[in-house]
Amino acid sequence: MKILRLLSLAALIAMPATAQVNVPFERICASSKEPGNWLTHHGDYAGHRYSALDQITPTNIASLKTAWIYQSREAGKWEVTPLVVDGVMYLTERPNAITALDCKTGRPLWNYTRPMADAVGCCGPVNRGLAILGDALYMNTFDCHLVCIDANTGKERWDTVVADYRPGYSMTGAPLAVKDKILVGISGGEFGIRGFLDAYDAKTGAHAWRFWTVPAKGEPGNETWGAGNAWTNGATATWATGTYDPALNLVYWGTGNPGPDYNGDTRPGDNLYSCCVVALDPDSGKLRWHFQYTPHDVHDWDSCEIPLLIDANIDGQPRKLLAQANRNAFFYVLDRASGEFITGKAFAKQTWASGLDAKGRPILISGKEPTANGVLVYPGLEGSANWPAPAYSPRTGLFYVQTQDDYSQVYYKHKSDYNPGNNYEGGGARNVLGEEPYGAVKAIEATTGTVKWEFKEQSSSNAGVLATASGLIFSGTHDGYFYALNAATGEPLWRFQTGGTIHGAPVTFLVDGKQYFAIAAGAGLFAFAL
Amino acid sequence: MPLSLRRALFFLVCAVATSTLMAQDHAAAASATPAKPAIVTEDSENFDELEQGRRLFERNCASCHGLNGEGAKGPTLAQPSLPRASNYESLLRIITGGINGTEMPSAHLERKDIELVAKYVKSLSLRPHLHLAIPGDAVRGEQIYAKKGGCAQCHMLHGQGGFFGPDLSDVGSRRSPEYLRRSLVDPSADVPQSYTPWRSEISLPENFLYVRLVTRDGQELAGVRVNEDTFSIQIRQANGSIRSFFKSELAELHKDFGKSPMPSYATALATNELDDLVAFLSSLHLEK
Repeated sequence: MKILRLLSLAALIAMPATAQVNVPFERICASSKEPGNWLTHHGDYAGHRYSALDQITPTNIASLKTAWIYQSREAGKWEVTPLVVDGVMYLTERPNAITALDCKTGRPLWNYTRPMADAVGCCGPVNRGLAILGDALYMNTFDCHLVCIDANTGKERWDTVVADYRPGYSMTGAPLAVKDKILVGISGGEFGIRGFLDAYDAKTGAHAWRFWTVPAKGEPGNETWGAGNAWTNGATATWATGTYDPALNLVYWGTGNPGPDYNGDTRPGDNLYSCCVVALDPDSGKLRWHFQYTPHDVHDWDSCEIPLLIDANIDGQPRKLLAQANRNAFFYVLDRASGEFITGKAFAKQTWASGLDAKGRPILISGKEPTANGVLVYPGLEGSANWPAPAYSPRTGLFYVQTQDDYSQVYYKHKSDYNPGNNYEGGGARNVLGEEPYGAVKAIEATTGTVKWEFKEQSSSNAGVLATASGLIFSGTHDGYFYALNAATGEPLWRFQTGGTIHGAPVTFLVDGKQYFAIAAGAGLFAFAL
Repeated sequence: MPLSLRRALFFLVCAVATSTLMAQDHAAAASATPAKPAIVTEDSENFDELEQGRRLFERNCASCHGLNGEGAKGPTLAQPSLPRASNYESLLRIITGGINGTEMPSAHLERKDIELVAKYVKSLSLRPHLHLAIPGDAVRGEQIYAKKGGCAQCHMLHGQGGFFGPDLSDVGSRRSPEYLRRSLVDPSADVPQSYTPWRSEISLPENFLYVRLVTRDGQELAGVRVNEDTFSIQIRQANGSIRSFFKSELAELHKDFGKSPMPSYATALATNELDDLVAFLSSLHLEK
């Protein structure tokens, strides 16, 4: 009898253990083996947003229809990419909330809401998503906390302060879980903050390391900010989530604009490591290499766009590549082991550089810096591409990205004094009367930068892109359509008008063996299935 | 009513200010006042501050409001009280945030510069009346609007009239007399457009746009764009009806940017009649 009791107790202990959420690092590294889930912000460490699921095809997509809609309690831009783990979807909601949904019905399972301080940011209290590691979820809050939440229950485990929000720091991006650490970036590039990338112990929340994106006096790179103290307000935020190569053990993270945005007079030099991609050792935070896309930027062309990690042949040789469609209108291909520039090409109309030199440095056209009276430059400040996550399909070899084209603005500058917590931009940009820039998903050959096709949208979109093995591309428009294209040709195959602007990124997953798609649009999270 | 006249009545308020410089030139020519006028202040100690404000105003505001606040594409600011900004605080709020649904953008300026601009704009109310006297007779102008001009066919006044063209109920608050005169003589000179810096949420198109289209079954249609998205377009025809098409249903879609279907009134009305009509339009305010 005693043995029986012990056995049943053992069964009781064993049963919930198998049902508990458990996403160890090794499982994330092998995420491509379980396409029914969406385990990281970008779907995998490489940033591909590519799914091997192929139940929905160009042939049957006409029958795709809404399965359920979840309504957020908060209206406003909803920029989230959900995570999906074993039938449960984890969402962030504005401003500091997490909700777990049953993927089959869209019904909430739990909610965690953290009160928010009165923080400021350039673009509203948005949140783009979560990281999961083990049985815990990690969220950056707009007022600069990193919180660890039990993924089973929604209960808070720890809460650590990443930065003081009062001088203008904020946090909007999804964390990245690597090994036993949680890596987080910060926003505030319009407020004269000094940027950094931080790592925290996933179990305890203890601070592990900090990589300052603006080097201090005496550190290599500080000399690129002039002799004064401009570096102390050099901005260079880290607000979009990076990627990771487990084989090279390198994290890749895009950095933002230098501050003040439009007036470079006080910061002569290249302003390292602004507008860069930095390759860091995730164990130590040490810089292995950097590549600067836009030295001494004066147009607010952050380089936070997602650095995609692609393995492909260049000149017949297999290479480990990093590809990025930059806000400055150029598409770049780098060697991600060394940071060496391989090739680059403009993918949208630009008037500021005549090209890139052999090392990838832009060859500037004179007279394109902002002036007191304004200078017209293509592209405008939002850039030819921006933070909306692109996708890459190894089947087509194409990099799919939301772009903005025929887009200019008049840039002007003025003197700016730094006041903590206030905008520190040194100028601005205005639209050009009568222009209607257009948005487009462009399919760019990942190894050459050649644009193969574009699908035009009425205006630029902040929707992310998703590619599937069945030859489909999913994205959304500013005017509310969630749609699918033929991945090879760009031909539109299916659309659904959600009624809300799409700022989120689509994901796909399985529920009871059936393929679903989901995307946030307006204040709704829409799920689709056959 | 002939089609040409009906079209003529469309878009009384217009222009293609292809550059802000051009708009400045128009404003300067229209006002016939010095390019850099003396500052008028009741407090001489504020002179430097007002001079700084004037420079900021020239750079950021004058392209629409005229170098001296006499008005052009944007309303006259050199008047005793501003309809939308009755006090200093509301003026600060408007300069900071812009006015939704209008061409007035938010200023990309620091707080202290916004304050300097606001003080300068307040000082404009102390100016002698800057723009040229309106020679016409508003009462006669109202008759021309209703009868010979046929304006009400396309334009709305306080809930009465057509809706093919813009509502003119408060056009006197929004446009200077010289601007209105130019719009009657050369309707395509400035089709209203927006400075909206962020195309933020789902919205109506920012620019007034005349559209011509041909359907796949050969129908030819024209009208004002009411809305457009990636896959569809909605237009209002001259008879007021709304037509909606998926773009896949269209063989041709022409967007006449910078053009107005309203032909010139330069010869349709005599000079004194134009003066009267301008006087009437200038008298139109929401408070009426």
